[in-house]
Formats: sequence, C-alpha cells, structure tokens
Amino acid sequence: MIPAPFSYRRAGSVAEALDLCTEYGEDAKFLAGGHSLLPLMKLRLAMPEVLIDLGPVRELSYVREEDGHIAIGALTRHHDLEHSEMLARVLPLLAHAAGQVGDPQVRHRGTIGGSLAHSDPASDLPATVLALDATLVARGPAGSREIAAADFFQGLFETELEPDELLTEIRVPVPAAGAAGWSFQKFTKRAIDWAIVGVAVQGSAVALVNMAGTPVRAAGVEAALAGGATPAEAAAHAAEGTSPADDINASPAYREHLARVLVERALLEAQSV
Amino acid sequence: MSILGTRVVRTEDPRLLTGGGVYTDDLRLPELDGAARVTFVHSPIAHARITGIDTEAALASPGVVAVLTAADMDDIPDGDGRPTTEPLLATDRVRYVGEAVAIVVTEQGYQGEDAAELVSVDYEPLPAVVDFDDALAGGTLLFEGTDSNVVRTGGEPAPPGAFDGCEVVVQRTFPNQRLAPLPLEGRAAAARWADGRLTLWASTQNAQLARDALAAAVGLDAAAVRVVAPDVGGGFGAKIAVDRDTIIVAWAAKHLGRPVRWVETRNENLLGMVHGRAQRHTITIGGSRDGRILAYQLDIVQDSGAYPRGATFLPGLTQLMASGVYDLAYCGAAFRSVLTNTMPIGAYRGAGRPEATAAIERAVDLFAAEIGMDPAEVRRRNVVAPEAFPYTTASGAVYDTGDYAAALDAVLDGAGYKELRAEQARRRDEGGPVQLGIGLATYVEITAGDGAGETSRVVVDATGAATVYTGSSPHGQGHETAFAMLVTDQLGIPMDRITVIHGDTDQVPTGIGTFGSRSLQLGGTAVHQAALQVKDQARDVAAGMIEASADDLELDTASGTWQVRGDPDTALTWAAVAAQAGPAGLAAAVEFRADSPTFPFGAHVAVAEVDTQTGKATLIRHVTVDDAGKVLNPVLAEGQRHGGIAQGAAQALLEEMCYDPEGNPLTSTLADYAAITATELPSFELLAMETPTTLNALGVKGIGEAGTIGATPAVHNAVIDAVAHLGVRHIDMPATPQRVWAAINEAKGSQMGPAHMRTAQ
Amino acid sequence: MVNGAPVAADVEDRMLLVHFLRETAGLTATNVGCDTTSCGACTVLLDGESVKSCTILAAQADGRQVTTVEGLAGPGGELHPMQRAFRAEHGLQCGFCTPGMVMASVSLLRENPHPTEAEVRSGLEGNLCRCTGYHNIVRAVLAAAEEPAS
Repeated sequence: MIPAPFSYRRAGSVAEALDLCTEYGEDAKFLAGGHSLLPLMKLRLAMPEVLIDLGPVRELSYVREEDGHIAIGALTRHHDLEHSEMLARVLPLLAHAAGQVGDPQVRHRGTIGGSLAHSDPASDLPATVLALDATLVARGPAGSREIAAADFFQGLFETELEPDELLTEIRVPVPAAGAAGWSFQKFTKRAIDWAIVGVAVQGSAVALVNMAGTPVRAAGVEAALAGGATPAEAAAHAAEGTSPADDINASPAYREHLARVLVERALLEAQSV
Repeated sequence: MSILGTRVVRTEDPRLLTGGGVYTDDLRLPELDGAARVTFVHSPIAHARITGIDTEAALASPGVVAVLTAADMDDIPDGDGRPTTEPLLATDRVRYVGEAVAIVVTEQGYQGEDAAELVSVDYEPLPAVVDFDDALAGGTLLFEGTDSNVVRTGGEPAPPGAFDGCEVVVQRTFPNQRLAPLPLEGRAAAARWADGRLTLWASTQNAQLARDALAAAVGLDAAAVRVVAPDVGGGFGAKIAVDRDTIIVAWAAKHLGRPVRWVETRNENLLGMVHGRAQRHTITIGGSRDGRILAYQLDIVQDSGAYPRGATFLPGLTQLMASGVYDLAYCGAAFRSVLTNTMPIGAYRGAGRPEATAAIERAVDLFAAEIGMDPAEVRRRNVVAPEAFPYTTASGAVYDTGDYAAALDAVLDGAGYKELRAEQARRRDEGGPVQLGIGLATYVEITAGDGAGETSRVVVDATGAATVYTGSSPHGQGHETAFAMLVTDQLGIPMDRITVIHGDTDQVPTGIGTFGSRSLQLGGTAVHQAALQVKDQARDVAAGMIEASADDLELDTASGTWQVRGDPDTALTWAAVAAQAGPAGLAAAVEFRADSPTFPFGAHVAVAEVDTQTGKATLIRHVTVDDAGKVLNPVLAEGQRHGGIAQGAAQALLEEMCYDPEGNPLTSTLADYAAITATELPSFELLAMETPTTLNALGVKGIGEAGTIGATPAVHNAVIDAVAHLGVRHIDMPATPQRVWAAINEAKGSQMGPAHMRTAQ
Repeated sequence: MVNGAPVAADVEDRMLLVHFLRETAGLTATNVGCDTTSCGACTVLLDGESVKSCTILAAQADGRQVTTVEGLAGPGGELHPMQRAFRAEHGLQCGFCTPGMVMASVSLLRENPHPTEAEVRSGLEGNLCRCTGYHNIVRAVLAAAEEPAS
C-alpha cells in the first residue's frame, strides 16, 4: 500500500515551516516522525496534497529545565524522552509513558508533538500530558500562544490548533514535592497494541487513555481523593463522565471496569513511589 | 558415527542472512524485464449482484496497460458446471469482501493502486449470511440453483443409547475460531508467456501441483506450463498448489502477451488468502465417576466461507481424528460444511486435526471437572495402551506406533506437575488477583495422510559432487540441510558438495510438495532410497575398476572413498567412480509411497497466569513432548515445534478473524489481527522422546504441525484452569482478556455487558 | 548513503524508503510484510537506529545513512556477530522476517548491550516472525550479546 500522490516540501526551520504552511494552506500537513500520518495515508484515510517535512527542524528537539517547568521541543522523539536523564529524575511519568509508545522502531521516529497533534485518544502521551497539566505552545503567522492540555484535545484527530499553526513546545510544571508519586498503567492484549484502557497518574491528578473521544481527566476520582478517599474508594469513580468505545477488543462495560481496576492500581503504585 | 540425529546448522542460512532470500517479488530475471504490475480490484461488500463495471476512468489513468474483468476471460475453459463453482474473476455476483472483481495492469506498481481506485463497480446488495445458524437455516442462499447452503456432510450423529450406562454426561458447544494463516510473505506471482509456454514464478508449497492446476485452469497441457517456486516466505498450508488470484496473474501474462508480476498487500492477504479452522463443535462426553470415559460424540459445523474449497476435506480429517489418544467404547463424529459470505476456508497448520484435538481435549477437561478428578489422571486412565498398537480407531484410522501414557508422564514430570498444583493451591488460598492455571493436552495426529508418494533423484557426477532433485519443496523447513544429511550419511560425500534442487517443474517434473507434515517421511525416505541405489550402482562400478567382488567392497563414509575392505591402497574417490560410470554419472530415481500414514503424538503442559481482575492471561511456561519417531536433525525438529507451539498459543489466546453481521471484516490489518509477538511468549521447554514408525526406513513421522495441535488445547485449558476455582468451566477461544473477565463475571452470576463479540462463528 | 555507498536518484515524492531500497537501489533483502507499521520485516538502520522503512519517505532519508542486512557483513564477507548467532541458534526458518529481525536485534544491542531475556522480547515487540515462535531468535540475540565484537 502506498499513499496517494502528494508534493513533498522540506522545512529547515520553524519559520520556514510556517511560511510553507501559509503558502499551501489547508491542503498541507506537517510531517514530523510520520508514524501516525503515513500509515493513514497508506490506507488512503488521509490524502493531503502537500507534506511539509519537519525532519530538518533541529531547533525543536530538546528537553530543558526552565523556570519551574520542563520545556520539551515538539519534535523530540519518544526514544529521546524515554532515555532522557533529566526526565527520569524530574518527570519519570513522561519518560516511562514515552517508552510505552509503539515499538522501538516507532520510538526512533515518532515525536511527542506529532503524537499530541494527532490527537488519538488511544495514544499514551495525550493522557500523560493531561495528567501533568502541561501547557502546549503553538506558533502561527501571528506569533505564539499557549494552550492548556485540558483545552488542546477536541476529539478524535481534532485539536485546538489552527491549520496554520505548528505545535512547538510542551511545558510541563515540575510536580510539587507532595505530588511526586506517579504511575502509568497501560492495558493491552499485546505489548505492541494501543491501550484498550490506560491510566496516567501524577500525584493526585488522574488521566485516562481511550475512555472517550479525547483523553480525559478522571474528575470523580480526583474529587474523591481530595475528599480523603482511599485509592479503592476513589477508583470506584473512574468511569464517571467517560464515554468509552465499543470495538472488537472491549465493550464499554469492560472498559469501564478496566478503568476502575487500573486507576486503583495506579493510585496504589503512585503512593508507593 | 552417523550424522543422522545430530545438530547440524542449516546450509540455507548464510544466504538468507546476508543478501536475504530471493522471494518471488525479489526476482530480477531477464525474462521478467519490463514486466507490468497487476493490482486487484476487490469487492468491498459481502454479498451483492454486480450490475456494471466501468473501467473507463481507470484506463485513462497514468501507466495503465489494461483493465481486465471476467468478460475478458473468454479464452479459458468453462468451469465444471456445478452451481457452486468459484469463478476466477467474479462474474455477476460477489460473495465475500475481498473477492476479486477486476485487475488493473500498469507499467509501475504505484500506478496500480491509483488506477484500481478508479474502477467503478455497481453493486446491488444482497443479504449477507455470516452466522452459522443463519447459514444452516438457508433463508438466504449463496448460489442460485441450490436449495441449501450446506455443501457437504459426513459421519453420523450419536445413535440412540450411545451414552447409556454413563454416570456423567457433559455436553457443550463452542467455536474453533477462524484464523489467518499469515505467512510473513503473502501471495506473490510473476508470469511470462513466450513461445507457446507459460512460466509462473509463485510463492507456493508445491510447484508440480501448481503447474497441473494452472494448466487445467487456463486450458494448456501441463507440458506447456512451467512453475518455479523461488524462496517461499512461509505457507502453513495456505500456499498449497496455486490459488485463484495467482491463476489470474498467470492468465493475464498469456492474455496480454507480456510478462506481469503481482505481490499482495497485507490487507489483501488477510482478506484473500484462505482462512483456517472456522468450525463449531458440539461435544458430548460420558463416562463413570471413577474417571473412565465411555462415549464421545463430536458434531461439527464447518464454516466453508463463500466457496467450497478446503471445507470439502477439512472436517473429514477432524472426524477421522475425533477420538484422539483415547480408547473409547463409543466414539462418533459428524459434520456439515456450510457456505457463508466470508473468505473461503482452506488448510492451515494442522488442517482439521487441531480442531479434533481442541475439541476432545476440552471435552476431557470438562468431564474431569464434572467428576472432580485431576485432568492428568483422567487422561492416564483412558489413553490407548502401549501394547494396543497398531490400534484401529472407531473412525478407521490405524495408529501405527505410540506410547501415550509415557508421553504424558514425561511431560508431567518435566513440568513439575505436582509442584505446579501446589503453587496453584497456594495462590488460590492467598486469593490474590493473579492466579495460576495448568493446562494439559495429549494428542495424536495424522501425517502424510494424503496417500500420495514423493519423488527423488540423486545424481553423483564426475566431480564427485551430488545433486538431489526432490519433489518436496520447502518454505522454511530446511529441506536442503535435511536431505543433504541423508545423502552424506549414505554416500560420505560432504554436505558442501551436495546440492538440493526443488520447486522447478522443468528440473523436477513430478512431485507432490510440502504439506501435512509429509516431507521427511516421504521425500526424505525417497532421497534415502535413491542414495542407497546410487551406492549400489557405485559399488558395482568400483568393483569393476578394482577388479574385486562387489561383496568385498566397502564405502568409507568418513573419507567418501570406495575400497576393498581393509585395503586403503585400493581407494577410489566418488569422482573416479562416477566418471567411470559414464557421462551421466551415477543416478537413481525413486518414488516412495508409504503403506499408510503415520501418527505422531505427544503431550503438552501449559502454565498460564491470569489476572482475575482484568481477565488477562499470560503464558509463562510451555513444556512439551512431541514424539514424531526418529529425529533426523534436532535443530530443525525443535524449530518446527517452537513455531507450532507459538501458533497454537496464538489461537488459544489472541488470534481471530472477525466479521461483523454484514460480513465486513474487522481484522483486516496487522494492527487489528492480533498476531502473537515475542513479548507474549516464554521460551519453550522441549523434552525428547522417539518412538520410531515401521512405515519407512528412517523410522520418522511428521513434526511440522504437532506443536500447534498440542499447544492450542493445552494453553486454552490452562487459562480456564486458572479460574476454575471461581466456577468457570469454559471460555471460548481466543481467551482474550474480555472473554476471561466475562466468564469470571458470569460464574459470579453478576450482571454485565455482552460477553462475546459477534464473529463469523 | 546506503550501506556506505551513495545512491542518488530522483524519485516520486511519495516513494517509501523500502521501495527505494528494493527498486531503486536494487537491495531486495529488506521485505514488506504489512501496510500498518506492524510487522517489522522492513526494518533497517537509519543513522544507526532501527526504523521501519515502510513508514519513512525516501525523501526523508536524503542525506542520511541507511544500513540494510546486505551491509552488515564485514568487508571480507565475514558474518556480523548477529548473523552468526542467528545461524548458530537456528533463529530463522523461511527467512522473510529475518533481515528486519536481524537489524532490529543489532539496534537493540547497541542500545542495551547486555539485555535480559525479557528485554530482548520486549525489544523485538515490533517484529513478527511466524515460523520460529521467537524461541531461537531470542537465544540468538542473547548469544550475540555475549560476543565481544557485537
């Protein structure tokens, strides 16, 4: 299988990428690692007329500590997040979750920005940045703006990004001393699969993978925890407000059950970290 | 010391590990220069009338050479006139998603996908039949001119009174789900028509059968067709002979007078290569509370898919092997094969036998649970006794040799069965979420059951090198190594001076090929016998040269020289003897046919952990005895067992081809079809046991399918065993997390959502 | 650069790297086994790291180093330790997944020179083999890890 014909353009910098995007408008798509977009294009479920390759944009690949937060370039690969010593120290949840994406080959190519902008609720990183209360930085012709992770994901393959905007950075606040506990629970049939259900916990923030059209915070769980509930008591609220899909892997009822089981496990593990 | 039975690494591997194999799509032959690319247009709908095909837009697409439909196929012979005959390209009706409707021939491969999208087919949808019961009811018929969707029946239901005298009778219906064979290399073909001859290069397990089938389909004499199997990237039964799409490609080369080539996508492979299994079983098992099984009945519904391909013979094999390793007062089986609007069913690793084993091994566990006896003990009390061989079953199979209780005891001992049961009890007492399951399976299967023989020709030339021509063509098994070992064992010619030729009908005009675990016992025995004949010829020639009596000559297999016994001064090399024999060297051709099939057997223990909160099962150990008679090369035999075990575990835990009620496939990519990976498997623990057969000179049986046959029920039973204490008696395969969770819930009697997804079963 | 030698060609914008290797560079060892980045048969090294060449445009590899299994053996044809280990342990049967499996394994050991069995298994999660049950592939990678030269 091969993609439908398109024109390939290469951007060497963010500015060049934005210029190309302005030039081609809505016919164009950014190509980061390509491991979400190219498979869709091969199946001809996506048929952009122009691909703007961000591969040469080196300026967006970094992990650095800034004032009270960690700044991550949008083109930082999963592999680099997984092996970042700084993340292992400061944001182990993110390093671990990045190591759960796809397989080694995918992690050698896929980027955090590409994964977030793709907005697949079954992906690992959208729920992770949601649990981390990250801020996403987008740059467009009019300059940069910040979007809270909670506002960023709008639906399956839909985000708050404008067509002429490029996600450039993910800013993650350094967890407070009392919120250092973390856990990432990914439930799959096979290691290589997307999560049937997943849970990301940082402190008392709880986000769910694949329990709705977007990653969602488990508000009922968080409220119960704030009210002093035990992990088991809080986990009973895990499926509240979710709308899980029905597919060959799981019925909605099963997903709701898994969410409760996994949230309890995640909370217990986070407590023990 | 003989090389047979020793661990010889494969001669095939250096090539495969450096430049890679040369599979059909890798061929860069001058004969294929300028070959056009074939792309198929498939039906996107399960059941419909075709009311029109518009090829105009596709013909105008860049690089298009031709767009061909059934209307262009007036140069091939008519079918056999039966109403259920499968057309090459669909004519007026499509009967499953993926059925070929047209082909687009383009200069370049990339142009084909673009152009195929432009072929416009008008479909008038018809109701799709997917469910077994709907198909049996016949409310919608797949073929006009028929009055039922049932295409074949066999056997008899249990006669009245068959279960009289049984203190306990258990009955249960469960599926043996539809699987994709999934060789890593899908189907591929290249073809050329020149000088009145059609040459097909194809990924096939049997070049000679492919030639005959292709010749018949396109109306040529077999002599006018040459089929070549280059390296073949796995087959597992699904590449037996030649399938319809490959015939279409060969026909296109002839029709257009231009070489063409085709390689399918994985999506096409999952939808268009035969599927396997797809049976529904109703088992009835009865016996006494002291563990004696007295009666067993297996009623089979075989999903045929949309056309009667393998469904005509597969359930017959299931019926034949229904009684398994057990000595039963009554055993009966009956089957009905029924058409559905799904991909046709064909042979897949085990082909009818894994289904029989899965059914009775599940039945025995159900019986054991019902009477509260250890399933190992129930098996021990009921297996055919070693002194009973040859043993004739109720279905007429003659088990040649075996010791089933010994295999069972060996595997129980090797696995540490008692300790495992103690660990299981400990975990149950503790009541933690992760419980342990121990699954058993004892099995017997039939290999080389096809009744045909196999050919071999062994030639020693004047350089002293040997060439083996075999009708048995491999797709990963290591025939070149195995057959060279047989020759070096007899002739003393070093392995690196032995060439094995296979899979080219011009070089090996007669042969049958590789399936049904037949290669070593038939093809290997033929090689062995041909080598013996060459040896006899050489002895006579050498005797003449030395002027000694042939009886006084010996072959020193260490040095590969002939001499008068005890007199190295008389030594003659193979080169000298072959040169003396004349320009053709020394040569012998053999067709070996065994008197009857062989029956490998074994016993497996699977150990699974089940997370009772999520339902996820993990195979943590798998211990097996697989007795296939004498072992020629343990490296190769173990490799076959490993691969077989993995495919068996995959059926038990993960894999299933699913269709929705409208006949739309739900597992048409490898993102959806859950092929098992390294992460889901442990290393395997293989125990050795060799009970030779008397049916061939090598004492060997088949080993290609045994691992799958034993592993499927062992792993399946292990998962159920892990949650048996929660009241679970059965979980359908594959035992996915959702199914296990649902079964636990059901046993608890709680309310829950739909437990089982809709499938073709 | 493919296997140390420059390969230059003007190709269609949409050409996938695997097709560039097979059709343009004439290196047919790298196989296509699926459409969905699932099977790993097309795994090659890109600047020394394993990638699936079915999910990379040829244009994206412009100016970078691609290594296929054809480029793994030494200049004198001596097998790479991973190739030797696959042979010694019978880590291949039909051979179709093998080039990708070997390249994935080479990359795995570069990142983790002394893996446990579990790490080998999870490191090969992106590569399907239908013949071996992975048993001997895992043994081969563990054996190669013991070799000083790998």
